[in-house]
Amino acid sequence: MIEEQSIIKVGMADLNVGSQESLIRTTGLGSCVGLTLFDPVKKLAGMAHVMLPSSDIAREGQLNIAKYADTAVPELLNRLLALGAVRSRLVAKMAGGSQMFAFAGGNDTMRIGPRNVESCKLALEALHIPLIAEDTGGNFGRTIEIACGTGVLFIRSVQKGIREI
Amino acid sequence: MELFKNFKDFKMDVLKEVGNIGAGHAATALSQLVGKPIDMAVPKVQLLSFEEITEKVGGAEELVYAVFLRVEGEAPGNLFFILTPEAAVSLLNRIAGIEVSSAGELGEMEMSALNEIGNILAGSYLSSLADFTKLSMFPTVPALAMDMAGAILAYGLLQFGQMGDDALLIDTTFMEGHDEIEGQFFLIPDPESFPKIFRSLGVPFDND
Repeated sequence: MIEEQSIIKVGMADLNVGSQESLIRTTGLGSCVGLTLFDPVKKLAGMAHVMLPSSDIAREGQLNIAKYADTAVPELLNRLLALGAVRSRLVAKMAGGSQMFAFAGGNDTMRIGPRNVESCKLALEALHIPLIAEDTGGNFGRTIEIACGTGVLFIRSVQKGIREI
Repeated sequence: MELFKNFKDFKMDVLKEVGNIGAGHAATALSQLVGKPIDMAVPKVQLLSFEEITEKVGGAEELVYAVFLRVEGEAPGNLFFILTPEAAVSLLNRIAGIEVSSAGELGEMEMSALNEIGNILAGSYLSSLADFTKLSMFPTVPALAMDMAGAILAYGLLQFGQMGDDALLIDTTFMEGHDEIEGQFFLIPDPESFPKIFRSLGVPFDND
């Protein structure tokens, strides 16, 4: 039996939530981090495509809170709570944060991947949400997809194929 | 970001010329390398959302080869030289005489050769730009990656990312005869570089 699954897309510097049979997908994560939260009882999940570590460096007029780790994680939590998720049940997974290009000099911009990962972890700690699995780092891009019913996170990369965490 | 939305046509034309000169020199360098004429499209200068930028190379998941270099100096920015896997193989055949069976399986030597080709082309793009604007621009050591376009291009959008959800892109496509070798140059100057580029070319920059 083939079930029609709805796919919810999350763009760069974007976030969204879904439930039950839906899948939430974001494509082409490089230094960006795809962070997911999941409530196993309510079968609710959310995903943020975080681009930059901290909103402190923002110079934009109207802040896109989905873009920065420190603002995206609380917003994702609020969106899930609004749908009836229970905070103490939420678990997090994340993928991405790679360093696509290796440079000898290695200034801060080039280290953006690891910095995004660190910031996401700090944001989760501050909210007391456990990080139960991650596939971060490396020097390759990833496309990720979370099944909202099971919380399984599928990770696809060019060289390593598909794995799930 | 309003700053860039309000650019008058005239300013866009100036930026097109910037792309034209850079990519023109690079296309000449490429044509010398392959020993054939290379055609070049009129550069496009557009303020695009991050999604639209990855759409330009076929979507965030599209597999591409990209040589990336960070431009430092008076007008910093990011420069990408992007090739489809087919074009990368074709280029290696022509220039280095390397026969590659599958585009997805380039070895260390092939990657290194490709990086060097990208380096030559990007260097010629940049040096003609520096001559034209009289601004100092130094390329960092180039890096080559073969991966999903979204993952690669995001690197060039970080500086714009701090200011908004769009980036101003100078995009030039070139191709050889039967589209066997098609490549793109993306120049994404940092937002702060625009006033400098305009002033260096004698164009008044007063946020209009």
